[in-house]
Parts: sequence; C-alpha cells; structure tokens
Amino acid sequence: MEELDGNGAAGRLREVFALELTTARGQCTHCGNVGALGEARVFMDAPGLVVRCRTCESVLLVLVRGDDRYWLGAQGMTWLELH
Amino acid sequence: MAGAAVLGRLAPLTWRVASLAEFVDETPHARTLVLDVDGWEGHRAGQHVDVRLTAEDGYQAERSYSIASGPDDRTLELTVELIEDGEVSPYLVGELQHGDTFEVRGPIGGWFAWDPAEGGPLLLVAGGSGVVPFRSMLRARPADVPARLVYSARTLEDVIYRDELEALGDDVVLTLTREQRHGTRSGRVDADLLREAGFAPAQEPRIFVCGPTPFVEAVASELVELGHPPERVKTERFGPTGR
Repeated sequence: MEELDGNGAAGRLREVFALELTTARGQCTHCGNVGALGEARVFMDAPGLVVRCRTCESVLLVLVRGDDRYWLGAQGMTWLELH
Repeated sequence: MAGAAVLGRLAPLTWRVASLAEFVDETPHARTLVLDVDGWEGHRAGQHVDVRLTAEDGYQAERSYSIASGPDDRTLELTVELIEDGEVSPYLVGELQHGDTFEVRGPIGGWFAWDPAEGGPLLLVAGGSGVVPFRSMLRARPADVPARLVYSARTLEDVIYRDELEALGDDVVLTLTREQRHGTRSGRVDADLLREAGFAPAQEPRIFVCGPTPFVEAVASELVELGHPPERVKTERFGPTGR
C-alpha cells in the first residue's frame, strides 16, 4: 500500500477543509504527541484516506469519499490548531 | 465568521486542464513535462499539484507531483519518474504527446514550501526524484541566500537536472550510491556528509528533506542527532508508486 505523508494528502483534505491542513498542528489522543499534519503518515487508499501518528502509528483521522458524500472520522485527535 | 478570511481561507481547489507544450528527458527514467494550464497563477517553491487521469471507461487515477518550475516561471513544469508497474507515470512519461491534455489541481501544500522572504541558509537534502521541489526552491533563491543541495542518486545517469545543478558549482554536493565516478562522492547520505556539506546548527539553516520514506527517515534522524531542532527539519516522503 502506498505510504505518503501529510503533504500528499493535502489535495484530498482541501476538498473538505477551507484552511491549510499541512501546517495545522494536532495532538494524538493515544500518545500525546503534537505535530504538523504535513509530517503525519498517510495511506491514500486504505480504502479511504488514513492519517496516522508518526510517533505511535495510531489512527488520527480517516476521510472516505463516496459518490455523493464524505465520511470524516477524527477520533484519534484531541485537538487541531488551524491558522 | 468574518475572521475566517483573515485566517487564510483557501480558494476552492478545482480541476483544470493542462496540455503538454513540450517535454525534456532528464534521465532514461524521468521526463519533465512543460504544461500550459489556463489561468495558472504561480506557486510557492516546494508545493505540488494533484494529477488526475480518466480512462475511457471512467476509471480515474490520482497522483501528486512536486512542481519543478520556479515560482516566477510562466509555465508549470512537473518532472515525473517512470514507475514500471505504475498506473499513471507510464502514460505521463511514455505516451503523452504534444497537445495531449489531463487534469491538474493546485498548487497545494503550505508545509513543505519556502518563500525567499523567509531567508536562509537553505539546506536541501534529496534522494532520487526527491530533488524535484528543490529545483523550484533553488530557482527562487536570491543570490544573497546561501544554499546547499545534498543530492543522492544511484548513478550519474540517474541525476535529474544535471546541467542546471552543475552550473550551481559548490552549492550542490552529489553522492552516488551504486557507482563510483572520479570527482563525485559515492555512498549514502550519512552524518559525516551532512556535517561537512550542511550548515552548522548555530547557523540556523532551514532544512528540507525529500525522497523515498526510508531515505527521509534516516536523513531526518541524523540531522536531529547533529543538533538541528526537529521543528526546523521539514520532510516530504513518497512511496514506491509516488511521484
């Protein structure tokens, strides 16, 4: 499976978010690590977009694109700071 | 909320048609596509675009490619490395003809980007086709910003942008991992090479590392061990079927 980082996910995330996400910092709920989403591990088609913590590999965020909707799961992030 | 605009709300990202104006074969496996894109408004050095190909039966494949042209260049250039069993690169490198079109969206990405106003020194470390975004940064660099590119390639034949990089003289340090050549270093990018060719942590260089995931992980770790703060080491990784 293709592994990228948060930079490679930026286009897909822009379909849903209006602010820049690669520079956004977030905290992993599992290990507490704080980092930019651009540095996170990303699997593009797993089958949706899966973003994992670079430190502990827990799932931070999942984005699945359907024909007429998106499903967004963000249970692995305590907070996300967008600017 | 009115404040959202102040916070840098991004314009909606739309797919646009790119047509091939010309191409340059950089190596036997990498081709630079010079593209005309209607209304292309430029980019920040280090950003990328998404490329979408649509087959006759409607099947679509998307990939990200770093932008190779400079921010002030009038055309959009992408350098694509051929992945033999890939879905997208064999078409882009081997089949696309002058005037053929496909879709792009971008420019994308604010993390792995550098603006000349941020200053330097600039330390760029590339593995293989990870050199592509650095061509854009080096073209954007003002003469008074010190920069050093450490570039690891398998053989001299695999070196992308060879003429342009040679013209930069000592600002480019090339190392070959599968070949020994007179006048060129050989071996992987290790701590000794980074200490010697990079800038000292006290000079506070802005560091960008781009290449295959294992290369990026190894180089980033060595840079941090040499004393560079992790937050000043920005990375971009691609997988085996990536850029």
